[in-house]
Amino acid sequence: MANSDPTVVERVEKPAESSPTAEPAPPLTFQVKNLSIWYGEKRAISDVTLDVASNAVTAIIGPSGCGKSTFIRCLNRMHELVPKTRIEGSVLLHGQDLYSSAVDPAIVRRRVGMVFQKSNPFPTMSIGENVIIGLRLNGVRNQKFLNERLEKSLRMAALWDEVKDDLHKPGTSLSGGQQQRLCIARALAVQPEVLLMDEPCSALDPIATAKIEELIYELKTRYTIVTVTHNMQQAGRISDYTAFFYIGKLIEFGPTTKIFTNPSERQTEDYITGRFG
Amino acid sequence: MTKDSGPTDNHHWRKIKNALASTATFVSAVLVIAPLGLVFFHLLVNGASSVNWSFFTHLPKPVGEAGGGMVNAIVGTLELLALASITGIPVGVLGGVYLAEYGTARVNWMLRFIADVLNGIPSITWGVVVYGLVVLRFRGFSAYAGGLALGLIMVPLILRTTEEVILLVPNGYREAALALGVARWKTIVHIVMKTASKGIITGILLALARIGGETAPLLFTAFGNRFWNHSLSQPIAALPLQIFTYAISPYDDWHRQAWAGALVLVTGIFCVNVLVRILTRGRTASVV
Repeated sequence: MANSDPTVVERVEKPAESSPTAEPAPPLTFQVKNLSIWYGEKRAISDVTLDVASNAVTAIIGPSGCGKSTFIRCLNRMHELVPKTRIEGSVLLHGQDLYSSAVDPAIVRRRVGMVFQKSNPFPTMSIGENVIIGLRLNGVRNQKFLNERLEKSLRMAALWDEVKDDLHKPGTSLSGGQQQRLCIARALAVQPEVLLMDEPCSALDPIATAKIEELIYELKTRYTIVTVTHNMQQAGRISDYTAFFYIGKLIEFGPTTKIFTNPSERQTEDYITGRFG
Repeated sequence: MTKDSGPTDNHHWRKIKNALASTATFVSAVLVIAPLGLVFFHLLVNGASSVNWSFFTHLPKPVGEAGGGMVNAIVGTLELLALASITGIPVGVLGGVYLAEYGTARVNWMLRFIADVLNGIPSITWGVVVYGLVVLRFRGFSAYAGGLALGLIMVPLILRTTEEVILLVPNGYREAALALGVARWKTIVHIVMKTASKGIITGILLALARIGGETAPLLFTAFGNRFWNHSLSQPIAALPLQIFTYAISPYDDWHRQAWAGALVLVTGIFCVNVLVRILTRGRTASVV
């Protein structure tokens, strides 16, 4: 563990090295420092240090079980739902430590929204109710405000035109791709600052996937997006930065073009070219 | 030739075994259904003639007079079910939610074990327990005591069914709500319990159907009453109790009324079960 520290420091400097050529150091949304996570005795994440740039898409890639999901779940403290988790290091969101004892995880999750691998609209609710349920359960009663937010969120999720006449229909009546966009609308409705996506397209067909990818591209003008993906081409298409994880460690992190065309680490190259994983 | 006949013999013997096996299962299935048919048949033959308007509208007649009804017992049973629900439903449902959502493995194991033991306790025991705790202390049989005895029987039944249907709610819904920054208890009430609501209601109805026919726990608690109950702190009539009293009496007219009461009670419970069927039919839609 100890001899991995120097390489981590070296890696952190890489985006800073390469970015001045294109633009000044980008504003940061997350600053993750020496993060380690344990599930019971098992160490899922080892000493990860990584900065997430604002208004950009950061893709997390790596083979199954490498800690990708655990990593993005610790950005909104969702990993704490698993009993007996332990964390070391820190995660700063706009400079504020998400894990300081004064921070309420519910507030963190309102600021950092999440979309899951399997679309999960609430089965007892209509399309409209699904979108505004987050606001409603967080105490918003003003119907006019809710209606405005409903339309705005569905428009941002590129779903409004398809469902505007069917808002009363059950959320589960939509197709898989529409359901996933409904879940994105639901996450956007509470106006988060960041959107985390845990393999949002892995259960979708290519056409639905293309729509979500297009949506991600549009959403990054307003949101910081961190997405986990198993699909290398997708990471290449949609992301500005790519982080490659392997067995709980961050192997390489940098601008996507560099990771995909000229990776510094042998393991990254082997994974991207399909030699393992 | 012997080589050829070998497989053929086997084939015949297999066919016979096959027929025997399917006959055995068919007979067993008939034996399962037969009691229900017999019960209904007997109740209809013996009780249908006495189920009339006055049965539902009149109080029991004094001994020796023919006619009269069981309206007080029918209403009494409904009152007892309501009283039982007041204790049994909240404790059972909330306990089930605790088991499914909050409890640690060790506590859960203990609670489940205790609930299963409680489910197996003979119902008359509950009557004796409530007799000791309530009837003796407040010096009298009462509707409250009867309702409490029935409610205590409901608790472990509802607890287990609630736990089971809540565990059926996919974790993705909990995560989706929590990821919106919704508080845990709101997630449980508005998302998880709402998703499982049909299953929870089914569990409650089945528990009500179960206690609706209970006689033993009422013997030392509600006690029975040949007249209207004017205060819940007084003894109250109940259909099963009335059936019991009438069935062991020496009067033919009372026997007929006991049959009629049993028919009404079984029909009521049957209706609840049909309702449960209707509720659970769309189950895949809400409780996966």
